[in-house]
Amino acid sequence: MSNADNINPKKIKSQSKNRRAFLQKSSMAAISAFLGANIVHAATMPKGYIPVALPADFDPMKGKSEGMIIRNEKPWNVEPAPHLLNDAITPFASIFIRNNGLIPKDVDAANWTLTIGGESAVQEKTYTLDELKKKFKAYTYQLTLECGGNGRASFYPPASGNQWEEGAVYCSEWTGVRLKDVLADVGVKHDAVYIGYYGKDKHLNGDPNKVVISRGAPIAKAMQDETLLAWALNGKDIPLAHGYPLRLVCGGWPASVSGKWLHKLVIRNQVHDGEKMMGDAYRVPKYPVAPGEKVPDEDMKIIESMPVKSIITYPKSGAMFSTSKKLSVRGHAWAGEQEVSAMEVSTDFGATWKKCTLKKPVNRLAWQQWSIELSFPETGYYEIWAKATDDQGISQPMVIPGWNPKGYLNNACHRIAVKVS
Amino acid sequence: MNNVPDKQPSNQAKNQLFNSLTKSVAGLAILVVLLLGLVLLVVFQPEISKRFNATTSETSPKNPEPLTDFTTELVDGKDVETGLLAGEGLELVKANCTACHSSALILQNRFTREGWHERIVWMQETQGLWELGGNESIILDYLAANYAPEAPKGRRVPLTGIEWYELKD
Repeated sequence: MSNADNINPKKIKSQSKNRRAFLQKSSMAAISAFLGANIVHAATMPKGYIPVALPADFDPMKGKSEGMIIRNEKPWNVEPAPHLLNDAITPFASIFIRNNGLIPKDVDAANWTLTIGGESAVQEKTYTLDELKKKFKAYTYQLTLECGGNGRASFYPPASGNQWEEGAVYCSEWTGVRLKDVLADVGVKHDAVYIGYYGKDKHLNGDPNKVVISRGAPIAKAMQDETLLAWALNGKDIPLAHGYPLRLVCGGWPASVSGKWLHKLVIRNQVHDGEKMMGDAYRVPKYPVAPGEKVPDEDMKIIESMPVKSIITYPKSGAMFSTSKKLSVRGHAWAGEQEVSAMEVSTDFGATWKKCTLKKPVNRLAWQQWSIELSFPETGYYEIWAKATDDQGISQPMVIPGWNPKGYLNNACHRIAVKVS
Repeated sequence: MNNVPDKQPSNQAKNQLFNSLTKSVAGLAILVVLLLGLVLLVVFQPEISKRFNATTSETSPKNPEPLTDFTTELVDGKDVETGLLAGEGLELVKANCTACHSSALILQNRFTREGWHERIVWMQETQGLWELGGNESIILDYLAANYAPEAPKGRRVPLTGIEWYELKD
């Protein structure tokens, strides 16, 4: 079926050398079809093979699950297949990697500082990591982080960018101090509207002065209990690819709001206008548009809370079993700032839906576990579709939701194929 | 009172004679019309008489032949005559395919090379298409290149690349 079977590692090597030219020449559809296949194999390349773009001293794939799909290796963008996300708390091995620039190599945690300033800061203040840990109370939350472009691959006409499928989402346990406690220590002027972050990642073009990404959130989001300045992920130092040694974590919003390698925060008296805040980056049209329609920048709005969504993590798509089997189907559901209130699955393409058992979130902004036992009295090919509904009564669409120029917010029902014999 | 019964028999006989006369004339007229119709049918639809005469027509049809008398004028990358896309093999497709059927049969379909080959085999087995010899691969290349399945545009395309496995636990 897929091209993957025909592509050997040698071919991948020569392809990655020519990636730039290839990317420029190809249509996006061709890229997703071709690169998708190329990259699946790249993830399972023979040991010892180093792609051209990979710095030999740091391998972000080290310790990652087998079956991670490399969408890009310059910059690194990697996602797990859905079944790798079966744990309630996502282990490091299965966390997707999203980068706009190059992962910093010169991180010195011992001398790391965070400086907070900006027009609406009462004063500029700098903290060492140790000071943050000692001065403020630490909290631990499980927080769902999903790439704004997760599911982009399904939009037609194709939207440019990494062609994420289902895996650019996770929920891990973050430990750090509340941003609001630190902001209170700095002092926030009454005219504050937004915070913006700066990290230490390097621009792809090598210009050390060029900011890769500097996004942020409105003050109200910054002041939530769950918005953290975190130094630990799942009880350990944050892995380098995920923001070591300090990360801003804003659960429920596009993961790009959670700035990695955090060393500077600005309290703004206007909507932060950093890199990737403006234009069409992480923005969607203010009104529904026709597929392929050109939308002027002034008609685009910043994505805030992510939409209701769910994923089937067990079984892996492609399971074959007999009619006598009681199939346990499991997964997670999340809804940005909201809570998921109902979870259903269908084995007849949406004609009928069965209600699943759904757990409450461990804390606000954590994804929720759902499960159901299914029987298949008739043999044949089935698809299992999963649909979550949030506490506002909003459900996932079965078809691809409204097209938008950059292919964000695809929260269509996830589905897997099974065969019953 | 008496006369009435006397007169009735003679009237009845007259009526009977008239009735049978008109009936036979009408019958004859219908017969003539039917015969005339049959003659006309045979004259203007010669296939019917042929079909009645030739008992071997099923097994030995006059084989169709590749077209030779066509022109190829291209406008906007399309053959004016057929609407087929310009490309290597167009002439062969016109010669071999549109000899029997309209190019619309090609234009409205999308198949892979394999799929187009299946159509050719089917036409050879059931529709009297001749052996294409060395031209077959050129024709298939043309069809596969120009009339291949298009990228799915549905709001949810079928699942692909499923790696089937036995579920153990």
